[in-house]
Order: sequence, then C-alpha cells, then structure tokens
Amino acid sequence: MFYREAGQFKQSYAADQAIFPIRQDRIGLAVILLIAFVGIPLFGNEFLLASVMVPFLILALGAIGLNLLTGYAGLLSLGTAGFMGVGAYAAYKLSTIFPEVNILVWILCSGFFAAAVGAVFGLPSSRIKGFYLAVATLAAQFFLQWCFVRWSWLYNDNASGAIEVPARTLFGIAITGPSATPVTRYLVVLTIVVVMTLIASNIVHGRIGRSWMAVRDMDIAAQLMGIRLLPVKLLAFAVSSFYCGVAGALMVFLWLGAAEPAAFDINLSFVLLFMVIIGGLGSLIGSFFGAALIHILPIAIRMLPDALGLSIGAATVEHLTFMIVGALIIFFLVVEPHGLARLWQIGKQKLRVWPFPY
Amino acid sequence: MSLKHWAYALAAATVLSLPAIPAAQAEDSIYVPLFTYRTGPFAGSGTPIADGMHDYLTMLNERDGGIGGVKLVIEECETGYDTKKGLECYESVKPKHPVMVNPWSTGITLPLIPKAAVDKIPVLSMAYGLSASAKGDIFPWVFNPPATYWDGFTQILKYIAAQEGGGVEKLKGKKIGYIFLDASFGREPLPLIESLSKELGFEAKLYPVAAADMQNQSSQWLNVRRDRPDYMILYGWGALNSTAVKEAVKTNYPMEKFISIWWPSEDDARGGGDKATGFKTLNWHAVGANFPLIADIQKYVVDKGKSQVSSKDKVGQVLYNRGVYNSMLIAEAIRTAQKVSGHKVVTGEDVRRGLEDLNIDAARYKEMGLENFAGPVKLTCADHNGHFSTFIQRWDGKQYVKVSDYITPMTDKVEPLLEADAKAYAEKNAPWPKRTEPCDKAS
Repeated sequence: MFYREAGQFKQSYAADQAIFPIRQDRIGLAVILLIAFVGIPLFGNEFLLASVMVPFLILALGAIGLNLLTGYAGLLSLGTAGFMGVGAYAAYKLSTIFPEVNILVWILCSGFFAAAVGAVFGLPSSRIKGFYLAVATLAAQFFLQWCFVRWSWLYNDNASGAIEVPARTLFGIAITGPSATPVTRYLVVLTIVVVMTLIASNIVHGRIGRSWMAVRDMDIAAQLMGIRLLPVKLLAFAVSSFYCGVAGALMVFLWLGAAEPAAFDINLSFVLLFMVIIGGLGSLIGSFFGAALIHILPIAIRMLPDALGLSIGAATVEHLTFMIVGALIIFFLVVEPHGLARLWQIGKQKLRVWPFPY
Repeated sequence: MSLKHWAYALAAATVLSLPAIPAAQAEDSIYVPLFTYRTGPFAGSGTPIADGMHDYLTMLNERDGGIGGVKLVIEECETGYDTKKGLECYESVKPKHPVMVNPWSTGITLPLIPKAAVDKIPVLSMAYGLSASAKGDIFPWVFNPPATYWDGFTQILKYIAAQEGGGVEKLKGKKIGYIFLDASFGREPLPLIESLSKELGFEAKLYPVAAADMQNQSSQWLNVRRDRPDYMILYGWGALNSTAVKEAVKTNYPMEKFISIWWPSEDDARGGGDKATGFKTLNWHAVGANFPLIADIQKYVVDKGKSQVSSKDKVGQVLYNRGVYNSMLIAEAIRTAQKVSGHKVVTGEDVRRGLEDLNIDAARYKEMGLENFAGPVKLTCADHNGHFSTFIQRWDGKQYVKVSDYITPMTDKVEPLLEADAKAYAEKNAPWPKRTEPCDKAS
C-alpha cells in the first residue's frame, strides 16, 4: 500500500534501467539527502557531526570499497586497512610536496595510488580464492603497515613517526586542520561519499558489476561465458582499493587530523569486514547499515546511562557496550544471515503488501 | 501489543530521547575530564593510572571541597588506548569547557596538538606525546613535563656509565641493546641513539618489537642471546613490558643490566618471578603510600568506597602514584591559574597560564603532604617540559626501591634535537600559527 509500483509505467529503456525505478524510492532518497545535506548541518551539534556522522560516512565508504571486492566479486580481503593507509600516506605526501594544489584533488588522486597497490596485491587472486586469498591479502596488510612504520620518507622523517594534517582550504574556507569546523568537514565528506556511492551503484549495475557477480557465483561458468578472469578480478581489486584509499585519506585529513601507522592496523580491516558482513554482502546500502551498526550503535549505548540519569563508571559502560553490540551482531546474523540489507528488503516487501499480508 | 512490539517501542523511545537530555552541570565548578583506559590491550597499565588520577581529584573534592573553594567535576571517558575513541571523547567533552585534557596516549595527543590552540584547551601529556612540544614558543598550549623520552634515554646512559665507574666516556666500546615498541613512541630515540653512539663510541643493537607481536618476543631475545649486549634498554608499554621481563628471565639475561624507561609496573616485573629481581626502571616520583596526602586518599576516597581500586594495596604502586602525580599537576595548575588570573572558576586560557607559571618546590610538596614525593617542577613560557632529573629504581622481588640519586639528562645533546624537531614540525604544518599568548611576568 505504501510501496506499490502499480501505475508507474516505463516508457523507455533508460527509465527501466534507472538505479531507482520506483517513484517511492526516489522520493525516499531525496528526503534522506535533504536531511543529510540540510537538516543535519542545521540542527546537529558539533559532537554529532564530528564524532558520529563524519566517521560513519568515512567507514561506510571504506565498507563500500570492501563490499565491491568481497560482496560483488567474491574475493575475500583482509588488506582493507592497508589499502586505506596507502591512500592516506599518498594524500599526505602529495599534499606536502605540492601544497598549492587543492587538497580535495589529492584526496581523490590518492585513490589511484591505492588502486595500483591493490591491483598488485590482487595478482594472487588469479590462482587462489576463498580463505587462501584472505591469507594472501593479510600479507598485504602486514607489508603495508610495515612500510608505514619503517619507510620514513612516507612520513617526511617526522620524529613522531606520524603523519600530521596541514591546514588546507577550499574557496577560502578551511576544510582540513584544526580550524576546519565540523560542519564544513561533514559537508565535504558527505559530498564525496554521495558522489562515490552513486558511481559505485552505476558500476555494480553495469557490465563490470555483472561480470564481478558472475565470477563470484561461479568462476568457471563466467569463464565459459567469455569473461576473462584475471582482468576482471584485478579490476575489482583496483576499484575496491580506490574506494578504500579515498576513505583512508578522508579518515586522516577530515576525521583524525593526525595518524600513527597503528591507525591502519589489522583491527580496522576486521571492523570493515564485519560491517560488510553484517550490513549485507553485495549491497551498497548494506555498507551504510553495517557502518551505522558498528560505529553509531556503541556511541548511542555509551550515551544511554547518562541520558537516563544513571551513574555508571566509564569502563563498565564500555564493557556493557562490547557485550550488547556483540550480542546484537550475533542476533542479527542468526535472524538474517544475509545482513541488514536483506532485513531492509523484507521490510519494503511488507510495506508493499500492507495491510493485507499473505 | 505483543512483547516484540513493546521492545520496538522501547528501543525507539530511547533512541529519540538520547539527544534531548543535556548534561547537568553547575556553573560554579571546574570541569576536569580524565581520558582513561580500563579496557583494551593496555588496561593493565591504564587502570592504576586512572585510579590514581581519579582518586586524587576526588579526594580534593571530599576533603577541601575542590580547589580554592570551587568544586571539581571529574568525569572519566574511556578511550581504550584507541585514537579514534580518544577523539570521540575529546569531541564529547569539548562543549562542557574542560580546563585541560590529559590524553594518556601519544596517538591521541598528536591530533589534539593543533586543536589545542583553536579550542583553547591546554593539553597536558605527562612525559609522553610529542617531545618537541616542550618548546613553549611554538606549542603554547601543549605541556609535557617532567621529562621527554630523549631525556630519559640519556639518563639511562648516564646511569650505565656510572655503573661502569665513571662519566659518559666509559660507554666507549660497550654494546647496548635497545628493545622497543616499533611505533612512534619507541622509534623516537632512534636519531638520538644514532648520533650518541657515534659520539660516545658505544655500539647500539636495535631490537624492534611490532605492536602486533608484543607478546611474542622470542626472536628478538634469541638475537639478544647471540649478541650478548652489555646492557639492555627497554621502551615498552602494556604487555610489551611484562613479556620483555619474562623473556629476559628465560634468556638468563642479567637483570641488573636491564633498564627500562618509566612505564613498567609492579605487575610487569612480578610476572618474571623471583629471577626478575634486579630489573631497573626510571622514575621521577616515590612509590609507596607513606605520605600524608596518600593517607588522605585512603581516608576520604578508598575507605568510603569512592574509588575503583580493586584492593587497598594497589594504592601507592608505581603507576597509581604516577596517576596521583599527574592529578597533582592538574590541581596545582588550576590553583596557580586561580592565583594569576584572579578568577575562582578558571577557564582553559587561565589554566594554560597556570601551567606556564607552575612552580612546585619542596615547601609546596610539604604543604600538600607529599614531602620528598618528587623533584621540584617549574615550567616557564619557553620551556614546557623542564627536563627534570629522574632516578633509577630497582625491583627487589616485592617492590621498587630507589637505588640512585636524581640523574640529570644530557641537555646539551637533547636540546638541539628538540629545537630542530619543533622547527621542522612548524614548517611541515605550515601555516603554523605564531604564538600570540603573552608571557606572564613570573615565568
């Protein structure tokens, strides 16, 4: 009843192939974008913008990157944090060597460096898959993190061993560095994430995405249909790493403000993998759901005792958060192994037949 | 409505009510957030520090009604030693106008350094963080007393030289092993080691331990067994320390010649068993609970059940007292700020001045009930660290015992490095803001 496409006739192939063929979806998306671009910056406080929304969007972008590789192309990777680090260090080097070029250009360019590195570490995927590939990408993670620690050229020989973000502006407004306001940073991140999600959506709905899914579902059959496995797999690694690289650069420049190599440790790879699995493999909206569950939910739980006027020690809250989030993860995986994205689909289907379910 | 519906309704209601309740806070109080970590891989080191910091400030509230008659609002924020969570803590406390933050992690300190001047919140990173932030003219908002890691390294070298029966010339021809956390903290002394080993003629053997293998150092200690260094120097944190002590015992390395920077705790040494006796660490404050002030903490906080310490004998341990020392700096900075600014309810700007004018001498220690607890602390406008002396303490199987006098750092070697590093930081982070804060006359 709320969600019926009856009466919406497609009169051209373009209309039929649109990303959002149903009117309700388009309206819903417009409302979400309106809230994200206007509502949240107007009414959100600094904490919501800087500590909830900016990290959420950046993690979601990283999860999209991993989802392209793991969810769509079926290639399991544990090197995500390493590729994010490549993007971050590339953006840092480029920005310090050519400070006059706008930082946004360098953040997007850094994705190409990550893509190149990702493609190189994707080479083993022509021979191995599944858990074995996960181990091979784990090697990438360790090697890249080792580089971030040992190769002092990467961090301009800073005694602190960390990369620090210089202040940069866009149209005269500070977007990185200490004087950049959370609103500016949020809007910049949001714009990049929205545009890149749109591009990702086009990729996965097109020829490339379909060939990835064919390879994921059965590589021999895909090969028989004329899909050349190695280029397709390498492309998946490259595109995925591009997204991760941009997410890593955003993470350092617009979220953290300075990063030690430890920021890109194996934990981050796991966190992103969990986001993808819980959100839904092979679903872009699932990447957002996963990032929300893993990043925003703990913050909400931490704020709960305060909001209810209970006084519980900070450490106890932290332990409780771990337990509740862990239990919820298990709960969601038991209830819906295909992730939150599938729950979303079921919800839409229910809305469609309401109030006469069958 | 079924149970399920009730559950949904409850969840929705809590989510909606979340942003609606602002933190209740009195206007006439001083807000002191404490970034602590009682969870995560470094909780073993973080918990006693958190207890010490929390208990001292709580005691001031209970005994004196705060500082200068103004109550302190103490709030812990759990960082788990994680930079991302630490920044989240920072953002969550910022609207409540904290008078200073103590990040207790180098990773969290680094992003806060540029923010401090913009948000007008001084950062106190006590003997960690960015060493170069000792330069007050470039980093007016960052403080890292009482010594830097570079100072600590030269103090250990001086102690080794003294053991060999003389000055630093005795280091010539010695083989000194350096086992360290292969992250920014442990790598910081490397340029100093490089220049000093050439200058003083000792041979440096480096044993990096990656953060992921903190608990697996067998390969490093195999190399130690092969290289047989005359002395070993340890720069570790958390599980790295306890593992290093255990491995040193297993390797039969002479513990008297194993000297660490100031972070190992009693538990780290105790894990090595009886054979760990002789293990040495740097320290700058006393251990034990035999101080009138710590007795007050027992009386007003621990005995009343307002502390989170797991047992009473934890009070007075190295890292507990480290936390007490940190809170003493906080409290003294606030007290000094009240004096120099004339305000009772001080702000971040006032406390920044308070830190620059900080002057804790022996008389003040006695007044506080901490006679002979630690050396005097006097910071100035230009020097935010002080480069104070530290001493060596030895693990005797039950506790740490002070075994040396206060050792001064090799300031002539450290100062040029600091100068160059601070300048490089400002250049790399151009446009780095020039210091505009005026200096007080006292400093």
